[in-house]
This record gives sequence, structure tokens and C-alpha cells, in this order.
Amino acid sequence: MPRWEGQLKRLDDYRWEIPQSYKQGMRVPGLIYTDEKMLETIKQDQSLEQVANVAFLPGIVGHSMAMPDIHWGYGFPIGGVAATRVSDGVISPGGVGYDINCGVRLLRTNLSKNEVIPKIKDLINHLFHNVPSGLGSEGKIRINEKEINELMMQGAHWAVKRGFGLPDDLDFTEETGRLKGADPDKVSARAKQRGAPQSGTLGSGNHFLEIQTVKEIYDRDAAKAMGIQDIGQVLLLIHTGSRGLGHQVCDDYLKVMAEAVHKYSINLPDRQLACAPVESKEGKDYLVAMACAANYAWANRQCITHWSRESFIKIFGKNLQELGMEQIYDVAHNIAKIEEYTIDNKKMLLCIHRKGATRAFPAGHKDVPQRYQNIGQPVLIPGDMGRCSYIAVGTERAMQETFGSTCHGAGRVQSRGAAKRELKGIDVARDLESRGITVKAASMSSLAEEASQAYKDVTQVVEVTQKAGISHKVAMATPLGIIKG
Amino acid sequence: MEKTFEIIDHTADIGIVSYGTDIKQVFSNTAFGLFSLIAELDNIQESLQRDIEISSQDIESLLVEWLNELLYIFDVDHIAFKRFEFAELNDRELKVRCFGDKINPSQQEIKREVKAATYHMLAIDRKNNGYRAQVIFDI
Repeated sequence: MPRWEGQLKRLDDYRWEIPQSYKQGMRVPGLIYTDEKMLETIKQDQSLEQVANVAFLPGIVGHSMAMPDIHWGYGFPIGGVAATRVSDGVISPGGVGYDINCGVRLLRTNLSKNEVIPKIKDLINHLFHNVPSGLGSEGKIRINEKEINELMMQGAHWAVKRGFGLPDDLDFTEETGRLKGADPDKVSARAKQRGAPQSGTLGSGNHFLEIQTVKEIYDRDAAKAMGIQDIGQVLLLIHTGSRGLGHQVCDDYLKVMAEAVHKYSINLPDRQLACAPVESKEGKDYLVAMACAANYAWANRQCITHWSRESFIKIFGKNLQELGMEQIYDVAHNIAKIEEYTIDNKKMLLCIHRKGATRAFPAGHKDVPQRYQNIGQPVLIPGDMGRCSYIAVGTERAMQETFGSTCHGAGRVQSRGAAKRELKGIDVARDLESRGITVKAASMSSLAEEASQAYKDVTQVVEVTQKAGISHKVAMATPLGIIKG
Repeated sequence: MEKTFEIIDHTADIGIVSYGTDIKQVFSNTAFGLFSLIAELDNIQESLQRDIEISSQDIESLLVEWLNELLYIFDVDHIAFKRFEFAELNDRELKVRCFGDKINPSQQEIKREVKAATYHMLAIDRKNNGYRAQVIFDI
């Protein structure tokens, strides 16, 4: 892999700019949030070239941005943020990704690690069987075509109506777990065919369920607002997306956009940036189909929440109230959102593409739940398997600079092939166990690919966003047990 | 031509480089490589078949769309394919009969879930003594 040798201008310790002059066709500069050390790793692949390419998108505003966990993907880099004007700009499915609304949900409990550790194996086993997680597995939910249409329109609301989880969960989910305007007619039959049997499943790859314990608290007041009070307190993290349905929607619309690019005479340096004007039929269709897939993922996480609670109730012999197993928040990190911003004193609607990036709204923002109005929107940042995860909040600076966005997680440094050659699944499991982390995976193969050293250090990633001021650390947690597909 | 395919490195995803003496063979070896990423193909029979027809704008798109069609069938019917007979394969269209069998996750380990074939670094090249194709898969 050739090293990236393009032009970079250091703005400060945590901000680097690719000048607009770097490549003919760039409409705005690139802006990368990183530090000097991580920049060296970033230059090992062509992700910065992708940042420059995204700057070609018609209607792009501000900068083509990259979060510190950036690594290269197809078209857009992963960890990329790009805002385009709704009036005359484009929307690009590659700026969302195949796994639409891959995202993270965090639940708190009243349990301490001392209570959980003696029962961790039982808990892991119960969760493994109660939450369908494996490869090729089908869900516990049987839904027909009509029902999947309702699911796609209503998202997490659909799940709550059917007794999966609590109405309160919706208040602590981005968009309340339902992006409005979702239109199932714009989702292909085959996407629905893939989605129906997979609803309520975890999936595989970097998707997982993780039982965590709070290791550090950086902001006591913010943590308290989230229900995090004590070191050693146990949390549950759910990381999953829209499964085969989302992948199919992305694939279907990449084809639509490939045609649209010619129809609207859009000049792009990379075919995977295929796009259409937001206001065009193609653009509108994609948005409402993407909303369906996003809602599917939220319904998914809602069902998994319910089954996870069932497992905790069974293993600890306490009811939900005693467990205090409430939702802290749920964020999407592969999604496009229509949001309003003021640019040059003018209010305008922008399409914010966040691909491997998380919304990070500040205190006082109308879309932040009432409980968090004083602290800002929780941002959930999972690390790699076996290391740590962070909880942060959004900031005013993020609103000013990144259209209310920050990083999403650790980001990979090592290819899965290289990770596999160095490690075997069984060794990874043993290594985790020796560090007190119980892991159960449906596939030992995929376990090796997810080993820690294959990922950037999430602590470094979060430090950069902290120092750059685009999100603010609240707490850090480490794993006790992990379930993977 | 001894080598049929190999797995290549990519940071977040996985890729296949495949070889063939002609275009049909390189397509077949790519699909074989894809399913090798998913399951142990030695343990799979060829008792089921599916006929697939695809039209597209160029040969590279044909390859990606066909692979995604196979992934769709795998997702919905849990059939892994290992052999392919092309009745037609040109720049714009393909007609192929695909042979494989159902995978039972409780009996056979599924190595990994492949979400989609992507256009990222997609290439089909004519070499001296045949063809080489490269596809990156989202996993």
C-alpha cells in the first residue's frame, strides 16, 4: 500500500487541512482531526485521498471532514463527515455505508462488577442463546411483508408496541428510534426478503454485545445525569446495524445513483461517490429508503435490549426496577440526516453524511432529551474488543466546526487478513480470558479478525476529539464479557 | 493456471484476487473465492442449482452485481455455491447456472458474514496468459 504523500497544512495540534488546491475539482478543503502520531498511521492508506475526493461533491459546505478514527472505505472514508446543501447539493449512499444505522446503544444497571463477575459465564451463556447472534442465523421474530413495512416505518416504536422494551427507551434514542418519512415502497422486495428473517439479530463482524464495568469517571455531573455513579458499575453495550436489509438498500441505490450520475452530469473522481441531487427523485427515494433501513436497525436494537434485560432478570433474580436497567442513549454512526444550520447568517437545510461518525449535539439543543439538556447529547464510542469504550457528550464547538459530529470508535489499523495471520481465534479468546474477559463467539474465525491490535487505540482517538473540543469525555468502561456473532 | 484465487488485505474489509485463463473462469474463481470466505466449501455438495441472468453497463459492474446476487441468495436461502457454468458472459450480460448446497449453521461453521461486494478497487485485467480480477467485500 503506497503511503499518502499529498498536501497537508497543520492548523493546530489537532487539526490538519488538505488545501482545496490539492486536487482540481475540490470544492472545499479537507479537514482532518488527528494528532501528529496518529497522522503517520493515517497516511499508511489512501483515506486522505478519499477525504479529498469527497470534497468534489456538489453542494458540499464547509470542509470534507475526517474524524481521528479514519480509515479507508469505498468512496467515502470511514470516519468521514460531509454536509451538502439540500437545495442544490447531492446525497451519496457511500457517505452512509452498507450497514445503514450501524450504531450503539448503552444501558446502565445498578449492579456492580463484584455482583456480576461470579455469574458472568451464566450471563454470557444466557445472552448468547437469548439474543440471536450467529452467522446465518434467523431471528426469533416471525414477520410477514405487511409487518416488515410497519417495522420500517415505525422503527423502535414498532418494537415497543409489541412489548420489546419500554416506552422510555424511545426518549433516549436518536430520533426516538424512528426517522420520519420512511417509505417502504422505496425498499426493494429482496431487501425485505433479507430483512424479515434477520430482524432482532446481532450479526457478526465487528458487531457485539458487551457487558462493561465503569473504570473511570471524568465528569461526575454529566455521568450522574446518565445514571452512572460508581466506579465498578455495570453497563451493557449493544453494537449492531441493519443487517441484510440495510446492505441491500445500499446496493440497490448505488446502482440507481450510478445512473443518476450520468443523468445529472455529476463529475466524480471515484465511482463509489455515486450520488444524486438531494431534491431529485433518486435522492428523495434514497433518503426514504435509508430511513426504512435506519428504522429497521433501531427496531433491532430495541428487541435486543428487551432480550438482554430478560437475561439479566433471569440470572440475577431481580426485576427490572431493582436492576435499574435503563437506557442511557442510542446513537447511529452510519447515516445521513437533514439538519438545519446557519451558514453566513443564513439558515439552511443540510444533508449531513456521517459514515463512521456520531452526532454530537451540545447542551441546549432541541433534539437532546430533556434529562440531558444541561450536559449535551451522549456520544457512545466503543473501542475494539477487549479494550475500553468511552461515553462522551456533544459540544458547541462540534456544532460550529463539524456540523455536530464526532468520532465513532476505534477504527482499524490492521487488515483482517493480517490480523488472522498473526492470531488464531482460540488464542484471542484465551488472551481475553486471562485478562478477566469472558467471550463467546459464534465463529472463532471472526474472533481473530477482531483482535485488539487490529484497531487504533480508542483512547488516542477520544483524546484527539477531547483536545479538539468536538466532544467531551464523561466516563470510560472496560469489558467483563463479550458476545459476538 | 494453478492458482485460482487468493485473499488480499484491506484495512476494514476483505478482498479476493482471482485468476482464470478466460473471463468465465475468472468470474467462477471469484465467486468460489467469495464462498470460501464464508464457509468450508469442501464439505458442501452440489445438489442445488440456481440460474441467474444479469445485465449491466460494463463487465466490472456485471461481476459485482452477480456476486451480490449470490450473496442475496445466500442470505435468504442459505445456499453456498461452488461451481458455475456460464451459458453467456460478455461485457453487458451474463447467464449462469450456479451449483451448491444449503448450509446448516448448526452443522457447519460459517467463517464470516460478507455483507456485499463493493466497487472499491474493483478491477478485471487481461494478463499475458489469462485474466485477473480483484474485488473488495464489505464484512
